[in-house]
Amino acid sequence: MNPQPLGEFLALHAPELLRRTGEHLWLTLLAIGIAAAIGIPLGVAVTRRPRLERWALGFANVVQTIPSLALFGFLIPIPLIGGIGARSAVIALTLYALLPILRNAYEGVRGVDPSVRESALAMGMTDWQLLRLVELPLAAPLILAGLRVATVTCVGVTTIAALIGAGGLGTFIFTGLQTVNARLILLGAVPSALLALAADFGLGWAERRIAR
Amino acid sequence: MDSAAISPVRLESVRYQIGEALILDDVTLDAAAGQTLALLGRSGSGKTSLLRLINRLQSPSAGEVWVEDRRTLDWDPIRLRRRIGYVIQEVGLFPHWSVERNVGVVPRLEGRPEEAVRRRVRELLELVGLEPDAVAARRPRELSGGQRQRVGVARALAADPPILLLDEPFGALDPITRRDLQQELLRLQGALRKTIVLVTHDVREALLLADRIALLEQGRVVWRGTPAEFEAAPEERVRRFRESAA
Ligand SMILES: Nc1ncnc2c1ncn2[C@@H]1O[C@H](COP(=O)(O)OP(=O)(O)OP(=O)(O)O)[C@@H](O)[C@H]1O
Ligand SMILES: [Mg+2]
Repeated sequence: MNPQPLGEFLALHAPELLRRTGEHLWLTLLAIGIAAAIGIPLGVAVTRRPRLERWALGFANVVQTIPSLALFGFLIPIPLIGGIGARSAVIALTLYALLPILRNAYEGVRGVDPSVRESALAMGMTDWQLLRLVELPLAAPLILAGLRVATVTCVGVTTIAALIGAGGLGTFIFTGLQTVNARLILLGAVPSALLALAADFGLGWAERRIAR
Repeated sequence: MDSAAISPVRLESVRYQIGEALILDDVTLDAAAGQTLALLGRSGSGKTSLLRLINRLQSPSAGEVWVEDRRTLDWDPIRLRRRIGYVIQEVGLFPHWSVERNVGVVPRLEGRPEEAVRRRVRELLELVGLEPDAVAARRPRELSGGQRQRVGVARALAADPPILLLDEPFGALDPITRRDLQQELLRLQGALRKTIVLVTHDVREALLLADRIALLEQGRVVWRGTPAEFEAAPEERVRRFRESAA
């Protein structure tokens, strides 16, 4: 079936593999970066305004329940933010990564022992000092756990980005599926899985360091 | 009234409601400068709520709370709270910080020089009977309950506030350690002369430490007087409390 020796196959695809891995990483990191920049402050804001809670968490929850394939599909016809290409892909990935990041930031800050918060206020900390000196450091392990879950999921979901022309390792997978070439599928799937494992390991390590 | 003497803490006809629930009702009380006022009362009588009104973690629904002759509502809450050392009922040490950082927090927030803060922290740890070299670097979870409460007291004293609010600072301790810490507080108070509002439901603690005692019942001050008067008071509610100590 695959007369070509494995070494030759890999050598042939090495340049593209490198490029696709780069695209994949870039899409993932961009999406996680944006999701963190929105999700963490929003999660914290929600602890300050319980009225926001239902809306923010509800929205993120609903997005999360949309099958990822469908989410990409929905974005294609939307003008300005949608369409074919990396921009749509990053938006879909960001929406997808938002929930775990937002929820963990919210839970992390809300989960701070009320007596610790009380004593911080009693001591005359401003709300900003309370947040910066007490709540965020105590919430940090949970916030990092949210980032880890989001990143690991995102690495996997990013393979679908190829479907709307955003590139990434999914390109191999879809080409492989179309041409019934198992090696090509694996060429996309294996590095993607390795990236996810690496993200899981690296962020897990950071989490443990911070939790000490 | 002597116009030169500042009244550190005064409550005038204070009512405090949470929704429909009446937590404090028509409370008039004051703590004299350099003296210890003990709030005695059963669980749920409103002692913690009263302390929280003094440093404006809550505002009264009616009446006025005065600190150093200014209404708490007219104080900048941050300034007010930094002039008041408060050991909350649950102590509430910062779990992610060393004892050193915990004790030094208010002076550092106030921007005092690092050298001075370090010296002050050591001094305070010694003052509350802890060995600075042994505990300064530890986290709160590496301390015994009694040590944590001492650290809480040291933290409240750190910025040298003229007023101290102590909410059962020796609660949940074995009786012997409790007596030890009470003696230490007595000694401390002899040297520091703070205005202290001490919450307790332990009659003997109130008798030992207080210059004045106020008895709270369901949000009302039902009796006030000196420890000597407390020991002689014929009122039924005071007698019942006294007997609880015997
Ligand atoms: N946030 C709140 N919402 C509703 N009720 C409250 C709240 N905080 C306190 N209470 C009620 O106010 C009353 C007084 O509470 P407080 O904490 O002041 O009592 P306490 O005298 O300090 O009791 P304890 O000795 O058990 O600490 C109690 O009946 C309590 O249930
Ligand atoms: Mg209480």
